[in-house]
Amino acid sequence: MNRRRFLAASASGLAAAAVPAHAQRFQPPQDVAPLIQQITGGAALTASGLAVKLPQLAENGNSVPMQLTVQSSMTAEDHVEALYVIAPRNPRPLVATFHLGPDAGRAEVATRVRLAGTQKVVSIARLNGNRFLVNETEVLVTSAACLDESL
Amino acid sequence: MMLGRVQVPQSVKRGEPFEVRVIVQHPMETGFRRDLQGQAIPVNIVDKLACTYGGREVFRTELGTGIAANPYLVFYVVARESGPLEIAWSDDRGQQGRASAMVNVA
Repeated sequence: MNRRRFLAASASGLAAAAVPAHAQRFQPPQDVAPLIQQITGGAALTASGLAVKLPQLAENGNSVPMQLTVQSSMTAEDHVEALYVIAPRNPRPLVATFHLGPDAGRAEVATRVRLAGTQKVVSIARLNGNRFLVNETEVLVTSAACLDESL
Repeated sequence: MMLGRVQVPQSVKRGEPFEVRVIVQHPMETGFRRDLQGQAIPVNIVDKLACTYGGREVFRTELGTGIAANPYLVFYVVARESGPLEIAWSDDRGQQGRASAMVNVA
């Protein structure tokens, strides 16, 4: 083994050792395209009209406040039927489904979600007449949920 | 019986949407955690929650493991008549819970 190869080998070994074990267990972002396909049934997604309020930086992924709003009159002719929240890096990406209707009067839902790491949260709104709106919001998560809870 | 609370404004205007806030006391176990003996803690999630008002279901949700412990929800309902607003939920263990609030339409 020459000097150059030794240095390269030891450097890669050091790099692997420097990454803590829990960081290596990070869930990579999954391909959520099949899940979105299942929700929309192949219909086109419009990337406007759905506003998502999420903090840019979440210190703790165990509880991240989230608010979804659709500008909709919520009448029988034009209303939101459902809202879907997808977190591609969570072990189970489909976070929640909310079913609304004209009885809601206002297409707004707020909750608190768990996020396993920094990711782009995908939200989908299904309007009546098989129309879909989509929103992607990036959240930086300093301490991820689901991972460091082994006690 | 599980604990939960639902809150509506003291008085609401007929025909206008009002805010409903719900909180359920529940650990929302994901099934990915282990206890001190290393045994996996089984999944236990409030997976279904529905709101009925004026004899109709006005809101329904299916929650997953991605919802924080003690699930908190805010949504809107159109005020039609004075009466109770009922919330019912159930978890993976089959336990059920209810909470209700009186809606006073001014």
